[in-house]
Formats: sequence, structure tokens, C-alpha cells
Amino acid sequence: MRVSEKEEKQFVISQENWSLHRKGYQDQQRHMDKVKEAIKDNLPDLISEESIIMSNGRDVIKIPIRSLDEYKIRYNYDKTKHVGQGDGDSQVGDVIAKGSGEGEDGQGKGKQAGDQAGKDYYEAEVTIEELETALFKEMELPNLQQKEQMDIVTDKVEFNDIRKKGLMGNIDKKRTIITAIKRNAMKGKAEITPIHNDDLRFKTWDEVVKPESKAVVLAMMDTSGSMGAFEKYCARSFFFWMARFLRTKYETVEIEFIAHHTEAKVVSEEAFFSKGESGGTICSSAYLKALELIREKYNPVRYNIYPVHFSDGENMTSDNEKCIKLVNELMDISSMFGYGEVNAHSRYSTLMNTYKKIDNPKFRHYVLKENRDVYQALKSLFRKYETST
Amino acid sequence: MDTKLHHAIAEITEIASSFGLDYFPMRYEICPADIIYTFGAYGMPTRFTHWSFGKQFHKMKIQYDFGLSQIYELVINSNPCYAFLLDTNSLIQNKLIIAHVLAHCDFFKNNVRFSNTRRDMVESMTATAERIADYEMTYGKEEVESFLDAILAIQEHIDPSIIRPKLPDYNMDEEETEEVVRKTPYDDLWNMDQPADAKRISIPKRKKFPPSPEKDLLLFIQEYSRELEDWQRDILTMMREEMLYFWPQMETKIMNEGWASYWHQRILREMDLTTDETIEFAKLNANVVQPSPTSINPYYLGLKIFEDIENRYNNPTEEMMQQGVKPNSGREKIFEVREIESDISFIRNYLTKELVKQEDLYLFEKKKGNYEITDKDYENVRDQLVSMRTNGSFPYIVVEDGDYGKNGELYLKHGYEGTELDPHYLENVLPYIYQLWGRSVYMETVVDDKPTVYAYDGKKVSRKAI
Repeated sequence: MRVSEKEEKQFVISQENWSLHRKGYQDQQRHMDKVKEAIKDNLPDLISEESIIMSNGRDVIKIPIRSLDEYKIRYNYDKTKHVGQGDGDSQVGDVIAKGSGEGEDGQGKGKQAGDQAGKDYYEAEVTIEELETALFKEMELPNLQQKEQMDIVTDKVEFNDIRKKGLMGNIDKKRTIITAIKRNAMKGKAEITPIHNDDLRFKTWDEVVKPESKAVVLAMMDTSGSMGAFEKYCARSFFFWMARFLRTKYETVEIEFIAHHTEAKVVSEEAFFSKGESGGTICSSAYLKALELIREKYNPVRYNIYPVHFSDGENMTSDNEKCIKLVNELMDISSMFGYGEVNAHSRYSTLMNTYKKIDNPKFRHYVLKENRDVYQALKSLFRKYETST
Repeated sequence: MDTKLHHAIAEITEIASSFGLDYFPMRYEICPADIIYTFGAYGMPTRFTHWSFGKQFHKMKIQYDFGLSQIYELVINSNPCYAFLLDTNSLIQNKLIIAHVLAHCDFFKNNVRFSNTRRDMVESMTATAERIADYEMTYGKEEVESFLDAILAIQEHIDPSIIRPKLPDYNMDEEETEEVVRKTPYDDLWNMDQPADAKRISIPKRKKFPPSPEKDLLLFIQEYSRELEDWQRDILTMMREEMLYFWPQMETKIMNEGWASYWHQRILREMDLTTDETIEFAKLNANVVQPSPTSINPYYLGLKIFEDIENRYNNPTEEMMQQGVKPNSGREKIFEVREIESDISFIRNYLTKELVKQEDLYLFEKKKGNYEITDKDYENVRDQLVSMRTNGSFPYIVVEDGDYGKNGELYLKHGYEGTELDPHYLENVLPYIYQLWGRSVYMETVVDDKPTVYAYDGKKVSRKAI
């Protein structure tokens, strides 16, 4: 500390070195950590947030995280009279600020944010990217096969080196001249010429090799009458995050949508989630379709294949044995087989009962009871591959 | 060290003294922005660690980085008095701040509300910070943080009266012995042949606990919670000390800022400023005392009231003269006001009808989704200002019963005076009080004109009309 001068003891001026004083930043960090914690705590709710899923990830959606309020016993702002000050000609009835637009005076839920008069609001917001970071940290790609090695693709050629020998067509004129000037200058001549062979510089290229990794999700869903809006929404949230997750691991991720009831067909995404059909359910039809697609378009040598089937578990009993056989077949050529059952009321499920018999680490299943379970399902299907099982 | 700054401070100090301002020895610290905003967020150079301070710091720093914040004055009520100057301030900015904080210091030293504040609080809070850090080491950061979260939620609910009897010593054991003596319902059988009037048995009424409603929630919990460990009681004691220290600043905000703004203007008028400085000062000053349509700027309102008092006492009316007011006694009067009033009495006594009209003050409230001016009546404006400044602008809560349902539960009551509580916030505070008290917590208040009790039993918040 350097105390400069004292004058009649009335005042002292000092200027210290504060560079080690980090307290504000430390507690700021703690606050940030708490924001992240709050995001993590709310993940199950946040990831099934409709605004995200329906946006298709195109827009950046921000979700306010509100658990960082410092709660105190305070007055209800919207039910209180406040004092303000005009510039001389204010009248009763003048509107001086817009409300938050959240209905009338509301029940005073106190949650409304925004440009409220005289209010000091703080809201942390989270983007989809942040959500992904938090969510994907808890997910692992199971049973990742080393397909990349077989798929080495020479992508392009990059000129990224300079050498003294090379093809005349690739000569680097600028560098050649600079070298010549330097050499001549050393002899006291400020000239370019003569250019010696030793001055020549050539651009040289490297072949940039990028492994190409491809994955395909075969999204299968029962679109029979028994699958309602809720069931479809769960499936939709699941596929949304699953595709995004795979994109972080693979260069290209394709999704094929296979809708089925008693028979299966490849449909568009929109049709997949919106159209419902009546009739019974034969799940094996979807599996057959999946195998057919793999044969036609997605050679397992080049693709990591992820068949995932969502159903409410009602399948024709006679079809179950066939399903097992086909699932096994699919697992032989896939990285994982996922089965998600949306079953809010814990009904007896013929399909689930059958699948219980499957003993293969590639087979992953989860029963979803509510929206929030999408998060658990994701975590469960994409847990680390356990070698012990 | 900057000699210009040194000369400026010497000059300002001299002018301030000649005006009769009476302050502690001053200590000016020149610091970079992140330091000054750290101190601003914590309210003290060293204070205990909590994420809420970090959040506040972050907010202030962002405003500064975006160039949104005005000049920033930070002065600590202590002896010697610490004032902080931003190292990027221009000389004229520093001149304004120095004149301003000198008047604050005069206020700290002379206003009666501050008479009990500890002037060694800088050291005391440093010690508190160290002690809490020790507890973090011993009991774990999370544990201490969660406890601090709970206290911070109710820390304003203390009794800041200047003269206050100690918390009466209600003896809970005494109460129990009385219950033991209580006669059984069958006692009257033994007294069948006694005269009729002797049959009346006086069953001792259960002693009230507390005997009269207790305003100091923090102290009550500190003394009577069966939940707290020694280290927690210790933290609670220290936090209450800190709140008692900050309280006078909360209840004199308008006066204190008005007083400081009044004097920085007067002092700078006495100085030889260059033309550029004069223009910059005028701009800075205009920013500081800018009125707002949706809130009260304490700098502006306080300044206007002080100027109005001075004016009226310099040129007293007949009526005032009959009451003994001498002409040109304005200066003397405002020194008296700064000594004996707080915001509530300041507004009640000195916000005149003419001033409300001149300053175009009004009441506004939310109507159909918008904020609308609803009233311009002078008395209503004044009374609303007073009521919103009452109890440091916090709802008035008392402990009604510390043994509610004879089960040691805590029954609190909101002194409803026309303004409802924020239910969402209340629902989130009750679990904190439960955490501190260890048993069910109730809060009686009024919702939509109906007496209503909120309760938290450790699992969920419920609400019912009574």
C-alpha cells in the first residue's frame, strides 16, 4: 500500500494494487454455477418443452430460468400504488408504462418478467446449445463401431507448405523473388536479378484426409389408433434430441421415418408425427421395412445404424415371436436397437413382456410415463456400453 | 499521486467545512472498475461470500462495460470514512463525487438514525467474513450457503428502533410448570359439597409466547429456534448486526441522497471551474437528479424538498413568523432537519401541497395491463410515499405465536395496510423460515380483502382463507 500524503489528517488518498482482489469474480462464478445447476435440475422439464421440439431446432429458443431469484417477503408490485413524476402536465388516466401483457392484473403470480415499470428483473436464459451441452454430457454413444477406418475419404488437396524442390507449375513467385532480393542485397546490389536456381520456391500440397462417419436413425413408430397425441409427442421429443445428439458424434446423420400399423411404410417427418391411422398393430412389419431399407440404402459397412421403435406396447400376440427374431436380425447389423414404450397407465404390454427375454447389450428399452421421462429415456438408451453385461 | 486531484480534494474539503459540514476524516481509495463494483455489490470492501453478491456484481459490471451506468459514488459509513473513486474518472467527475460523499459523511455522522451504527463495521465485517469462511471449511460450503440463503430471505425483518428494550425473557419452562398444576376435569367431583362459587376453578390461561407480537423475526429465531446449531446461531447474530448497520441507510435514502446532491451543487458553485468543466458538471448533475415517470428518484426528490425548506424558512409567511420562524433561517433549518428526521417524517412534514404540484407527482397503478396515472391528490401522493418508505420499504411482519398449536410452530402476521404481499415470493420464503425454525410456519395476511393464511409444513405450501 502506498499512502501518498496526509494533509491536516482530514483526508488521505491512496491507490493500492487490487489485481489480486478476485472476490467479485469468484462469487459471480458461483452464481453462474448455480445457473447451470438450475438448468441441470430442470432438464427433464426443459427438454420436453414444446417450443423447442416444435421449432425443429431452427430457431434459437431461450428459456428463462427463474430459480435464481433472491426470494424475500415483498409487496405485490401489480397490486400496489406507486409514485411517479411527470414533466408538468400529467393527467389522471395517462398511461406511463406498458404492462407485461400477461393478462389483466393476474393472480399476481409475480412471475411476469419484462419491462415492468420500476422493476429490476434478472433472468438467466438458456439457449438450445446450452441445453445440449448439459444434456449430452450425460449421454454416451453405446457400442460405437470403428467404421470410420473403412470409410477413409480423401477430401481435398491443400497447398500448405513451401519447399525448394517442386514442379515448375507450382512455383511461388513472390517468395522466389524475395529470396533473390535478399541474396542480392547481401552482395550489396538492390536488384531482383539474377535469380538463381537456389532461390526458387515451390508451393507443395498435402492431401487432407478426413474420415467420413455416417449414421442413420431408423425411427419407427406405431401410428395405429391407440397412439394418441401424448404418445406421439414423447416420441417426437425423443427423436428430436436423439438426432441432435448423434449429429455431435457423426458427420452426417440421416433419419428415416417408418410409420406402421398392420403394415409399414417410409413417410415424411410431418406425416410421421401428425397422421394417425386406425387398425391393429403388427410391429414386425416395421422391422421388415427397416431391414429392407438397410439392404437398399444403408450398408452396415458404411453406416452406423440406430433403429429405434416407439410403441404403446400393444401388438398382436401372434406377431411377438416374429418380432424377436427380426429385432435380433437388426441388432446384428446395428449399433444399438432402442425400444421406447409410452405407457402412462402401466397397462400390461404384450410387446414389453416379450422383449424382456432379449438378452443382448445392444437392446435398450425404456418405459415412459410422462413428458419428463423423455430425459430419462434418452439417458437410459444412450448410457455407456457396459462390457460386463 | 495526481496533484490536481489532491488540490481539488483540499479545496472541496475547505469549502465543505466553511459551509458547516461536519464529517469524519476521509479516506479516498482510487480503484479500477471491477473493484469498485465489487465493493458496491457487497456494500463493503470485505464481506462474506455469497452468490447473490456475485450476481449483483455481474449486473453492475455489465452496465459499466456497456457504458450504461452513470458515475458511481461509493461511500462507507465508518470512521475514518472510506470513499472510492474510479481510476478512469475525469477530474470533474471526481470533484462532484468528492463533494457528494463529504455530505453523505456529514449525514452519517450527524443524523440521529445513525447514532447507534458501529463505525468500525469495516473491520467487523472483515472478521465476520473470516468466521463464515471458517465455518465453510468446517461444515462445508453447501451447508453454509444454504443457511445464508435462508437468512438472506428474511434479513430485513429486524427491529431497528434506536431505543429498544431487550427481547423480554419469556421463560418457556415456566409455562410448562403451570400446565402441570392445572387441575383435572374431574376436580369438581371432589368439590361437590362446596359452596357454588368455589366450584369455579380458574384454569390458568396459557401464557402467550411472545407476550406481545415480536417484530424482530431474526432475533426471535436466533433465541428460540430449536433447530439451530451454535455456528448457525453465530452467523445469524452477525448477519443481524450487519442489517442493523445498513438499516439507517435504507430508511434515509431520500434524505441522504437529497442532502448530498444539495451540497455537491453548492460546493461546486464555489469552485473555479473551467468552461469545459462547467458544462460537463451540468451534464453529470442533470443525469444524477433526473426525475423518472415510473419511480421516485431519491436524489431529485430529496434535493427538491431540502431546497423548498430552505426557501420557505428564508422567506417565512406571517403564520410561520408567528410560530417563531426568523427570516433567513433556511440554512439553519435544513441542518436541523438532516439531524432529526428520517424519510418518513421528512416526507410527512416537508412534502408540501405546492411542491407536489410543482414537481408533478402522481400515483400510478396497473390497470388493464398498463400502468396508468390514477391519482394526483396531494395527500394521497404524500401518504403513499410515506407508506412505501415505512419499515425500509419492506412489509411489516411480526411473530404472533412461537408455540402455535401448542406444537412449537411459528405463526407470523403481516401488518396489512392495503398492500398485498407477492404470493409467489411468499411461497418461496416460507420454506426458508421453516428451514430456520424447524417446524411448520404460518403467515397471516390479506388477499383480495380476505384474511388468508399461508402455511408451509415441510412438504408443501398451502393457502386458505380464514
